[in-house]
Amino acid sequence: MLMLELDISPTKQALPAAVKRKQKRVSEHKMEISQQTRWMLAVRDRRDKKAFSELFDFYAPRLKGFVNRSGVSSQQAEEIVQEVMLTIWRKAEMFDPHRAQVSAWIYQIARNRQIDMMRKENRPVPEELSIEQSDEPDVGQVVALEQETEKLRQALENLNEEQKTMIEKAYLGELTHQEISTQTGLPMGTVKSRIRLGLERLRHELKGLR
Amino acid sequence: MTVITHHIPDHILAAYAAGNLPHAFAIVVASHVSLCDECRVALEAHQTVGGAVMEGADSVAVSNALKDNLFAQLDEPFTPQPVFERKGVYPGPVVEALKGKEPRWKKLGMGVRQDILAANDQGSVRLLYIPPGQAVPDHGHNGLELTLVLQGSFSDQTGRFGTGDVEVATEDLDHTPIADEGEPCICLAATDAPLRFNAWVPRLLQPIFRI
Repeated sequence: MLMLELDISPTKQALPAAVKRKQKRVSEHKMEISQQTRWMLAVRDRRDKKAFSELFDFYAPRLKGFVNRSGVSSQQAEEIVQEVMLTIWRKAEMFDPHRAQVSAWIYQIARNRQIDMMRKENRPVPEELSIEQSDEPDVGQVVALEQETEKLRQALENLNEEQKTMIEKAYLGELTHQEISTQTGLPMGTVKSRIRLGLERLRHELKGLR
Repeated sequence: MTVITHHIPDHILAAYAAGNLPHAFAIVVASHVSLCDECRVALEAHQTVGGAVMEGADSVAVSNALKDNLFAQLDEPFTPQPVFERKGVYPGPVVEALKGKEPRWKKLGMGVRQDILAANDQGSVRLLYIPPGQAVPDHGHNGLELTLVLQGSFSDQTGRFGTGDVEVATEDLDHTPIADEGEPCICLAATDAPLRFNAWVPRLLQPIFRI
């Protein structure tokens, strides 16, 4: 197993004061990367089928439940789930835990695959940023992003039913851009700061490679 | 490198993340995100919300056959989907829409050229080539129009748009963009109005002096 359960000191990067404070508080505890991310990294770095099997058992039923809600047949839902899981295996090298929590990465693949399959057209996607996969993850950054994602998930839980339904519809692709309200009541700003740090880290590394 | 100051509005990024943006607009969004880290971050934040929604969905058991089928395929050779890289001023998604080839420009008159990349009943997306000082032809958008600058710049009543900037125009905006002096301006423009070739010609025949 990877040694990912570490005590780490606050990172020395220049971070916004608010983030610094938070990180200090966090680092007093043992920092641990989530199980899902560890499975995904094992798949990415070691093509670990056992970890992929765990990942499947965790995400496939959730994915199917999610896809089912977009009104496809049970058989189509299974086809989509299989395609998504296969894409996860094949494109694992693109997974960057500093920018995306596993569920966010899978969500994006799921939307792409579903659209490609249902509409029979390739969805336009942004240029991908290649990452250095031999790199040991920056545990502080990965855990901080996971914590922000968890806060987002809790905030989602705490919304009233009407708001929750609207958000579910929006992210299931059932609302047009005109219908989507950006007033979600979700703490997007803190997640963005974390993703921005992950992206800056990657940009910095890509620069170093040239 | 110019600084990008005009971005994709958040509700359009959210619709793109959810996969519910018409194809023509999706090409513009994917192209802008390829050039703009700020919008890439915002898009990934939307994907994070999407992931949280997905993870919170009620689980539905999958059949045993599914997992067996899947694992049987893991070691099979496969052809990766082609990756379209940036080519000159054209971001990857534009290169993909061009199928890796050079644009096939069609003259519209007064030095303006276009290449329609895709069109269906939900909208169309085209490349426009506008010589310096020339007005962008009127293309009658009934709804939304997104214009991404790939080279040069243009200005209209609402401001100046440089390389990487996106102008978001709705039907209530009556504007006359004019390419700035210097390099010819190359734009990627998507609209949800049906193609109206007729509307282009008469307007082009009369030079526009209004600004």
